[in-house]
Amino acid sequence: MVVALRVGLGVFLLASWEILSRAEIIDPFFFGQPTGIAKRIYTWVTEGTAQGPLWEQVLVTMEETVLGFIIGVVTGVIFGILLGRNRLLSEIFAPYIKALNAIPRVVLGPIFIVSLGLGMPSKVALAVVMVFFVVFFNAFQGAREADRNLIANARILGAKPHQVTTEVIIPSAMSWIVASLHTSFGFALVGAVVGEFLGSTKGIGLVIATAQNTFNMNGVYAAIFILAAVALVAEALVTALENRLIKWRPNTLIEVTI
Amino acid sequence: MTTHVLRDYLANLERELRFSRDEKRRILLEAEDHILEDAARDEASGMAPVDAERRATSRFGDPHTVARRFAEERPPVIRLRGVTKNFRTPTGDAYTALTDLNVDIRAGEFCAFVGPTGCGKSTTLALISGLEPISEGEIEVLGNLMPQVGARVGYVFQTDAVFPWKSVLDNVAAGPRYHGATTAEAKEKARDWISRVGLSGFESYYPHQLSGGMRKRVALAQSLITEPEILLMDEPFSALDVQTRALMEDELLSIWSATSASVVFVTHDLEEAIALADRVFVFTAGPGTIKGTYDVDLPRPRNVSEIRFDPAFARIYQEIWADLRDEVLVSYERAKRKN
Repeated sequence: MVVALRVGLGVFLLASWEILSRAEIIDPFFFGQPTGIAKRIYTWVTEGTAQGPLWEQVLVTMEETVLGFIIGVVTGVIFGILLGRNRLLSEIFAPYIKALNAIPRVVLGPIFIVSLGLGMPSKVALAVVMVFFVVFFNAFQGAREADRNLIANARILGAKPHQVTTEVIIPSAMSWIVASLHTSFGFALVGAVVGEFLGSTKGIGLVIATAQNTFNMNGVYAAIFILAAVALVAEALVTALENRLIKWRPNTLIEVTI
Repeated sequence: MTTHVLRDYLANLERELRFSRDEKRRILLEAEDHILEDAARDEASGMAPVDAERRATSRFGDPHTVARRFAEERPPVIRLRGVTKNFRTPTGDAYTALTDLNVDIRAGEFCAFVGPTGCGKSTTLALISGLEPISEGEIEVLGNLMPQVGARVGYVFQTDAVFPWKSVLDNVAAGPRYHGATTAEAKEKARDWISRVGLSGFESYYPHQLSGGMRKRVALAQSLITEPEILLMDEPFSALDVQTRALMEDELLSIWSATSASVVFVTHDLEEAIALADRVFVFTAGPGTIKGTYDVDLPRPRNVSEIRFDPAFARIYQEIWADLRDEVLVSYERAKRKN
């Protein structure tokens, strides 16, 4: 029933878009046309884009995103736990981290492009800084909010400080960290695509920029659809990872679909 | 010559003694030598060995008293002298939780702390465990003047403190693993303790899948597996329903009787305190200190739900309640004024 309504809504939206643009109530030049978008995707798949085969563009963007995501998550978790556990370190670093966080990360893009070049490293770097802060703040908060009783219990049972970290702090921060993975994967994608906008030789971001420069709105929408599909698959993977990592939680908390 | 009289006597004495296995063996050998020597004199004058041993054992004392005598000879496992504990409240004011606290707890003894809410009973446990430092006075726990967290003292917390992300088996195996046992050894030992607390078959369950009583059993096994010499229990059963609670109290006593641990059991329930303990400490309303201590001379092994009908139980209850009531009233009045 829900699935039927879901599909129905999608069909309705696409149909009204198509009809409205054919009747020229909305301008197909600015808003594109579903059939035009579909045709564009079809030609990209069969003949490749102006920059080369479509799969290569998707692959490049995904590679940048996933690399940036992994590096950002790992460094974010490490710094978050470290500073969450150590009051002195956190007080030393706090003002700097707040200042860095206040800068809109996208503006770092030009710096990375200039210093790291048009290739992959600059996109990965931008994705990393996008992801790092989200994960860092969640890991930090998670480490800070670990149940004092559990920490006391672990110490009573003979846990050394590093065991308290691995056995209590990290698992209790895990639900915070995993919750942040959903948003941070999206941010990694933003970092990679914006990086490609700013200057690149390959990637979906470049495909969008090229289509925009030739006023090919169907091309822009087609690329957006491809990105959305990729993001949905990634989201499903993150949810699967979440269920694996925190299978100890009561089921009611895991049942978050979308 | 050893007959069944002496063997029975020694078996009874062994049951009453609450020391480590080696110490028990030493004391039993000493008692056996002493009694045999004594009996030998009577035997020499023509008495039958059975009668001679009967006389010698009765001269040595009944097992309960003898065990107590041995326990009292030893230095206390916990000794607090003039201990004060101050806290700083979030607003910056000093708050005195405990003042001039003097407590001695002997090896193998089961003690209960009772007192009104906020009298510092739980704080005392935190001081003994080393989780909190004392502000003034002297403390000695198992010979340490600075109690170390994680050294031979177990702690069962009031709220659930089992690790929610670990299965029952991993929760119970945590202590041995922290102390350097291999995973296989730790799990082996954990299985044994899980069956001792009656949770066999639930090894792979997570805490959220268990009832409150079962989680307490996990906490108990988790603490006892490290074979602590002192077990601190902070209102462990207060969140359980009445039936589960009586059941858990009985199980605690039977598990404890097989160990040599001293127990400090904090509760606000006087009945529970008397049913379980050898000695009851009554705390004054905060800042807490000891108002009085009472010996509970009820025989062991005890059945917690039936011992309440014992006339001796009622007499002890009345005696302690007379003391406790005033403190409860003080604390109640204060709470009313604060609101």
